[in-house]
Amino acid sequence: MARGTSTSRLVYLAVFAALLALTVVTVLVSYVDLGLGNVVVALLIASVKASLVALFFMHLKGESRLMWGFALIPIVFLSLIIFGTLVDTMLR
Amino acid sequence: MEGAERIASNRNGRGYLAERGWRSWAFTLDHKRIGAMYLWTTIFFFLVGGVFALLLRLELLSPQARYFSNHTYNVFFTLHGSMMIFLFIIPAIPSGLGNFFIPLQLGARDVAFPRLNLASYWVFAAGFLVVIGSLVAPMDTGWTFYTPYSAKSAAAVTTLSLGIFLLGMSSILTGLNFIVTIHKLRAPGMTWYRMPLFLWGMYATSIIQVIATPVVGVTFLLLAAERVFGVGFFDPSKGGDPVLFQHFFWFYSHPVVYVMILPAMGIVSEVIPVFSRKPIFGYKAIAWSSMAIALGGFLVWGHHMFTSGMSPLANTIFSLMTFFVAVPTAVKVFNWTATLYKGSITFEAPMLYALTFIFLFIVGGLTGPFLGALATNVQLHDTYFVVAHFHYTMMGGTVMGFFAGLHYWFPKMTGRMLNEKVARTAWALIFVGFNVTFFTMFIVGVRGMPRRYAEYLPKFQVENVVSTIGSAVLALGILVMCWNLLQGLRKGAPAPANPWRALTLEWKAASPPETENFHEIPVVTEGPYGYGIPKA
Amino acid sequence: MATGSRRRETAMSVPATEHHDPAVAFEAAKLGVWTFLATEVLLFGALFTAYTVFRMKYPEMFRVEHAKLDRVLGAVNTVVLITSSLVVVLGVDAIKRGKARLLEAYFGATILLAGVFLCVKYAEYAAKFHHGLYPRTNLFFSLYFVMTGLHGIHVLAGMGLLSYVIVLSRRGRLSEAWHTPAEMSGLYWHFVDLVWIYLFPLLYLIG
Repeated sequence: MARGTSTSRLVYLAVFAALLALTVVTVLVSYVDLGLGNVVVALLIASVKASLVALFFMHLKGESRLMWGFALIPIVFLSLIIFGTLVDTMLR
Repeated sequence: MEGAERIASNRNGRGYLAERGWRSWAFTLDHKRIGAMYLWTTIFFFLVGGVFALLLRLELLSPQARYFSNHTYNVFFTLHGSMMIFLFIIPAIPSGLGNFFIPLQLGARDVAFPRLNLASYWVFAAGFLVVIGSLVAPMDTGWTFYTPYSAKSAAAVTTLSLGIFLLGMSSILTGLNFIVTIHKLRAPGMTWYRMPLFLWGMYATSIIQVIATPVVGVTFLLLAAERVFGVGFFDPSKGGDPVLFQHFFWFYSHPVVYVMILPAMGIVSEVIPVFSRKPIFGYKAIAWSSMAIALGGFLVWGHHMFTSGMSPLANTIFSLMTFFVAVPTAVKVFNWTATLYKGSITFEAPMLYALTFIFLFIVGGLTGPFLGALATNVQLHDTYFVVAHFHYTMMGGTVMGFFAGLHYWFPKMTGRMLNEKVARTAWALIFVGFNVTFFTMFIVGVRGMPRRYAEYLPKFQVENVVSTIGSAVLALGILVMCWNLLQGLRKGAPAPANPWRALTLEWKAASPPETENFHEIPVVTEGPYGYGIPKA
Repeated sequence: MATGSRRRETAMSVPATEHHDPAVAFEAAKLGVWTFLATEVLLFGALFTAYTVFRMKYPEMFRVEHAKLDRVLGAVNTVVLITSSLVVVLGVDAIKRGKARLLEAYFGATILLAGVFLCVKYAEYAAKFHHGLYPRTNLFFSLYFVMTGLHGIHVLAGMGLLSYVIVLSRRGRLSEAWHTPAEMSGLYWHFVDLVWIYLFPLLYLIG
């Protein structure tokens, strides 16, 4: 178990600042019409934010490979259900 | 001698059963008691579901709807299917035998989260109470609850949806508990490759429970939302898609058949070596085939939907994947057979049921590809061929595996031996009755008899009469088996710690085990299938 | 109850010791929570699937309808949740240093922020109803209400969980040595934040 240190508190604040900044960016970008680009940018920014939360707030950084597996494998199955359903609904 | 010491130490022979009073059961944290409660509950629902089956078979004696209205018949097959699937076959081995034996086989004192375990039972109880409550206006959709009918039906859909949601939550909690238990609570020296194969099967099962069940939970939430809030995901008049319901439903319900079969296969992998006095052939292949089945099972859900109007590409992909998923199962069958080869085989009841599993599951399994092939599926979908296929796999497979486990582990759970002669008699009735009941269904299915109808064309009557006679024999066999189990509970001969001379860790505990399972946590130095191998 | 003898590590993994070893118990709790979060990924995942299916089927309808959502309020809620995530992790950090009162303060603040989130959501829902936009109105709003509704229920549950941790701390049960419930609740809370991080752009921002 990592002990709480002032370093980790600084890291948390830095991550928080990044999350706020990214939120501002994603909101601003949404006012610009980029067509399909809006979707890509929005999801990309969301994924960066999610990664920051997972890595630093949820302490995935520094966790065992087992924990990483438990964190990432559900996403694989999520992709599966989305993809499998779309292969049907988009191509009828 | 070790055996005598162990029996003597377990509190006048009653072990974990010593403490009495309803509170010692209702608030227990002992995985063995929780497992026992699940066993009693699930076997009860097996019998109730069986009664509905007998009523169906009664009606099917004649081509017209003679005893019940069409609507009543539809309610009966809905209840039969739903009870059997949600209240018996999904929880029975995992939450019943699994709860009892996973910690024992691991050499642990309990599961990782004992309070969560108790919670899972009471959530299960809440679930079945709510489901029973919904019977004031029972569903007649079949256990698959397809929209649009289920969304518009006058039945108590919302109540039932809540009940099934609770049952799903119970399943998730159990799976979660087992995953962590197997990762973290193995005895010293028990590496993954020294675990009994039942545990590999249970681990793979738990992964499926954890990943698939939430999807069906949301599906039923959405069904309720459709009725209560007018949400339109599955409603074509609102731009929704009824086939979307099927995607969500089967994303869970196909993998769940592997939740049903993997634990039973695990039991077979335990029983075969013991009663052939031979090490299991291909341990790693069997272990990893469980994982392959679990993963592969997630790739094929569309094969229940070939005639629902899916895109041709989706049809093709799902069909192809369906053929692949048969491979790891075949691996198991070949390995079990190789284990039997030149073994010193005896035919006690557990072995009879395990061998029955292999035989009947092969039949059921081989009829799968007929359904997985697109062209033949068009002919066979929604016919009795499908009904026969899944009864051969689920009853010929899982239920026989469950019976094998019950008979194998009965001495350990209860401290008593079963009457072997009566057990074999029951087995014989069950075996004959099962095949007479269900094999005829392949025949009428191919000849075009549709499922879920109270009425049928007169040309199918002979087979239906034969099938009903078979169901009576099957029912008799099950009753004899249940009677034998009850008699064993009351008056069975005292069981030694290890009546089958097996090598997995549960047999090191007393019969029945002490509450703490083991006096000392065992240290493991080798795998559990070293039968006939001289110690160095 | 005696423990087993010395463990031998092998290539496959480390076998575990007894049930009551605190290090094992903590790792087990963490594994349990991540497993639970896996189920939540699939729970919301089915809704994300429905979202994807219908967005691709009715792009024009989504474009028109999503404009009826208040981007600013959505952004405010995003900031509120992100802040609550920071506050929670500072609370866990506090108890790791043995500061129980600080933990209670931080977790209390988190609950307050969660309350703000729900109030904003309430205001949004009320405004939608006022304009005749209900779950049954069209598929976009079906998705909006179901997804944010389910998320809101999780926020509420999280508030309950965090309150329970505060109660434990007030009873002196948490310390530098043992604070598993705090850390595990934190994990859950961050997941609730994670879901919103995706819900916000998908519902409010993408045109």
